[in-house]
Amino acid sequence: MEQATTIHVQPADRKKILGIWKVALYMFLITAVEYVFAFTMDAGMIRSVIFVTLTIVKAFYIVSEFMHLGHEIKGLMYSIILPMIFIIWLIVALVNLEGAAIKDARGIVDYEPTGTEKVEPGH
Amino acid sequence: MATTATVGNEKSLWRGGMAPFKASYGKLMMWFFLVSDAFTFSGLLITYAFLRWSAPAYNGDPADFVFSTEYWPIPEKVYEAFPGFHGVELPLVFVGLMTFILIMSSVTMVLAVEAGHRMDKKNVVKWMLWTIIGGICFLSCQAWEWSHFITGTDTATVADVFVNGQWNENYKIFGAGLTFNQYGPPAFAALFFFITGFHGFHVFSGVVINIIIFFNSANGMYEKRGHYEMIEKTGLYWHFVDLVWVFVFTFFYLI
Repeated sequence: MEQATTIHVQPADRKKILGIWKVALYMFLITAVEYVFAFTMDAGMIRSVIFVTLTIVKAFYIVSEFMHLGHEIKGLMYSIILPMIFIIWLIVALVNLEGAAIKDARGIVDYEPTGTEKVEPGH
Repeated sequence: MATTATVGNEKSLWRGGMAPFKASYGKLMMWFFLVSDAFTFSGLLITYAFLRWSAPAYNGDPADFVFSTEYWPIPEKVYEAFPGFHGVELPLVFVGLMTFILIMSSVTMVLAVEAGHRMDKKNVVKWMLWTIIGGICFLSCQAWEWSHFITGTDTATVADVFVNGQWNENYKIFGAGLTFNQYGPPAFAALFFFITGFHGFHVFSGVVINIIIFFNSANGMYEKRGHYEMIEKTGLYWHFVDLVWVFVFTFFYLI
């Protein structure tokens, strides 16, 4: 009778808790790397690709470790991940492909400050 | 000992006697809700990406950059303020602090879930409290950021705009409103308000849910129930909020 009512608090698994902090450390390091790129590299396609890649790495750690999806069974994993992969593809495609195509079609031109010389290719 | 095991077994089965994906009903439904919520946020980010990359860009040297309503601003020139450091250019430092706070509160949430697995009520309550504090800190930071964004900088951007139904030439714009802003095209501030606002609203509801869960676990409700699955479910939601912030951070502040 007594056994059924008492709650057994299991001791903390040090390894498991260290693992959680390790994932947190990875996330901070990735963010720090993002900052290094933000301040040392000029904006452009390559920098954007680096940022998106690092973001997906961070997203992987959150979903797989914090949200525990990496430890669920495969069916659940794929039913969450597959739709999201297509959506992220769509976001990335709209960023540089569709947006630029619409800009071109509408004849929207970038702002060139006076004094900057830009040599057209072929001149 | 034996009782907890049987209770756990009954809970893990749905009414039909099966547990699809070996997940409990509540957890699976939370996952499906999060996928649908992710679609909503994706819609907003797609809109942002589309509008931004079809807007005129600034092609000059970033060092000579000035705000204009004619072209899209460089993000690190917009978000460079820090409370208490007026006039000091600290690009992306404040948003970095916000990211740190939100990731930290996600970590404390994982620790609360972990304590829940061990039926360790004391630690669940402790880590839930830290998670709530983290959430409130994040919201406070966002409140400051919004108020700075709305008030604007010391230098006005001059443009021709409609104010109260009247056309004003060479109007001095300070800060941001819903119709125009000093930083860039109208869509820039509109998207800022909508996307960070929608995320902030998620954080706010997350904090409210966390507070309810905090009191429930402090009152021993989950201990009586025999498991702390509720912490896991709210944990999923809280991590999702963090996940969305990671994407907002990249698309809005870095790129």
